[in-house]
Amino acid sequence: MDKTPQTDPRQSWTFSNSVNSEIRRAAATGIYDIRGGGAKRRVPHFDDLLFLGASMSRYPLEGYREKCETSVTLGTRFAKKPIELKIPITIAGMSFGSLSGPAKEALGRGATLAGTSTTTGDGGMTEEERGHSQKLVYQYLPSRYGMNPDDLRRADAIEVVVGQGAKPGGGGMLLGQKITERVAGMRDLPVGIDQRSACRHPDWTGPDDLEIKILELREITNWEKPIYIKVGGARPYYDTALAVKAGADVVVLDGMQGGTAATQDVFIEHVGQPTLACIRPAVQALQDLGMHREVQLVVSGGIRNGADVAKALALGADAVSIGTAALIALGDNDPKWEAEYNALGTTAGAYDDWHEGRDPAGITTQDPELMKRLDPIAAGRRLRNYLNVMTLECQTIARACGHNHVHNLEPEDLCALTMEAAAMAQIPLAGTNWYPGKPGF
Amino acid sequence: MPTLDMSTTPLREVNVTLQQAAKSQANAVYEITNPRGSHAVAVGLDGPLSVTVKGSTGYYCAGMNKTATIRVEGSAGPGVAENMMSGEVVIEGDASQYAGATGRGGLLNIKGNASSRCGISMKGIDIVVHGNIGHMSAFMAQKGNLVVLGDAGDALGDSLYEARLFVRGTVKSLGADCVEKEMRPEHIEILQDLLDRAGADAKPEEFKRYGSARRLYNFNIDHADEY
Repeated sequence: MDKTPQTDPRQSWTFSNSVNSEIRRAAATGIYDIRGGGAKRRVPHFDDLLFLGASMSRYPLEGYREKCETSVTLGTRFAKKPIELKIPITIAGMSFGSLSGPAKEALGRGATLAGTSTTTGDGGMTEEERGHSQKLVYQYLPSRYGMNPDDLRRADAIEVVVGQGAKPGGGGMLLGQKITERVAGMRDLPVGIDQRSACRHPDWTGPDDLEIKILELREITNWEKPIYIKVGGARPYYDTALAVKAGADVVVLDGMQGGTAATQDVFIEHVGQPTLACIRPAVQALQDLGMHREVQLVVSGGIRNGADVAKALALGADAVSIGTAALIALGDNDPKWEAEYNALGTTAGAYDDWHEGRDPAGITTQDPELMKRLDPIAAGRRLRNYLNVMTLECQTIARACGHNHVHNLEPEDLCALTMEAAAMAQIPLAGTNWYPGKPGF
Repeated sequence: MPTLDMSTTPLREVNVTLQQAAKSQANAVYEITNPRGSHAVAVGLDGPLSVTVKGSTGYYCAGMNKTATIRVEGSAGPGVAENMMSGEVVIEGDASQYAGATGRGGLLNIKGNASSRCGISMKGIDIVVHGNIGHMSAFMAQKGNLVVLGDAGDALGDSLYEARLFVRGTVKSLGADCVEKEMRPEHIEILQDLLDRAGADAKPEEFKRYGSARRLYNFNIDHADEY
């Protein structure tokens, strides 16, 4: 007897297997999911932009012969000693505590070899990091863990962290598993407890106060250090304008793809704006204030290759910063540890439980045995290589667009592949001279 | 005694002079006149200098002080002695909010009252307030001692870590995870020493001690209703 035909089992788009697995996990544990990294959802990004290249109206530079400069100077507004970088790619702030000592050392080594800066994080400044970083930016965070005037003075710049792209408006939590005696000592807290990093600064509220705070920091450091203000991608026009008002030399703008050591998944995925959407409003704010290029703009959040760098610069940034990509260059999520990732219930490329301190690659851990797996010298060389490749790629594109400095890249070099990207980046849709919201249409 | 008159001397020159003197003139005594509420006065000193400010100051006076003794003969604005490392800061009048914020060492001696968030996120500093303190004081305080001869406002010691709080008067309310604790002999000894150093006319036995219940030290979903 013939069977009655049946439709194939149909999965719900709304209640996908991934969504259902999170519902089951939440029901079993009663706790939201905490993880590291940035937004994993698909959002309009630099991939949705293309460069036009040279043509009848643009004259290209010879790829292997003609010079295309990449240097950038950060902190030209007030600081007596601005930071001179060989390349427009910096290493973002990541804490000792969330990262191992060898990982911080490797970041310093790699950045120094490539001629750029690296940045401390929420755990204070370590000797490994200072010793191996020719140019080190010292973060001034709400927690003030390890904060002291000596480290302020031996930094090359100071970054006042107001927010970060993964969690604008949120603080941090370093879980007890990673709080060794050294980490606890640097933070003046007991070993083994969860260490909360506050979401707002303890001694100022708002840009008027921040202006005075920056005055204090400058007075303590003899007005030598460039003062950066880092904001998450929330309200980029006003955040940038207020940062300038508060006296920033540099604004660091971090979109939602920017990573964090640990926070709630719901925060990472549902708060903040994509990096692509943040850049033009920030640049507009600088231009409206007559401060574009006088106050430098550093963009971070999802920068992966030289094309991303070039696109960020073309949209008006002075430099970019990388965090997640730098960790991958060091060895994070390397498939060679696949068996161990599987044992942790994940797979290479998806491992994001950085807060648990069991990183097989020895990077996001304080476990002495796991830490030994990362050779800081070799990892530093990998980071150097990667930074060099990104720079070469960026130069390749800039030359093709006819520019002898990567800072000469401009919005007119770009077109957008999607309506969303066109609207966010204010770049014409490919094949048109129009983008959503363009004045005059 | 060298005097720096802030009606004629710019802030930058005042701080450069004091910072250099702290390094090169051990135990020298300086006086600042006409501070007129200026911000960031006598910040970043690193050495055994003695500075008297004749009048009231604005934000962050004596910020990040190391070793130096700074006396304000007036009141101090927000964030006085913020992130102090060592030395002594004396405020003859009142202190505004965030007094001693994130301080890591030394003694902050406030002869009048202190406003809200006194000792917020303190990391080892000792603070003695002869008058009252405002709400949310010692929020997320990690280490050190906060001594209050008067009363404390709402939510004292909210999310406290290992700092010790001693209050002689009333406490309007305690913050999350802050509880009254037994005053043991070692605490009497610590308190007596602080009272002596601050020149406070009080007996340790008149105080109650507050500290962390340590229930929030490691995340537990069952404690989510506490904050």
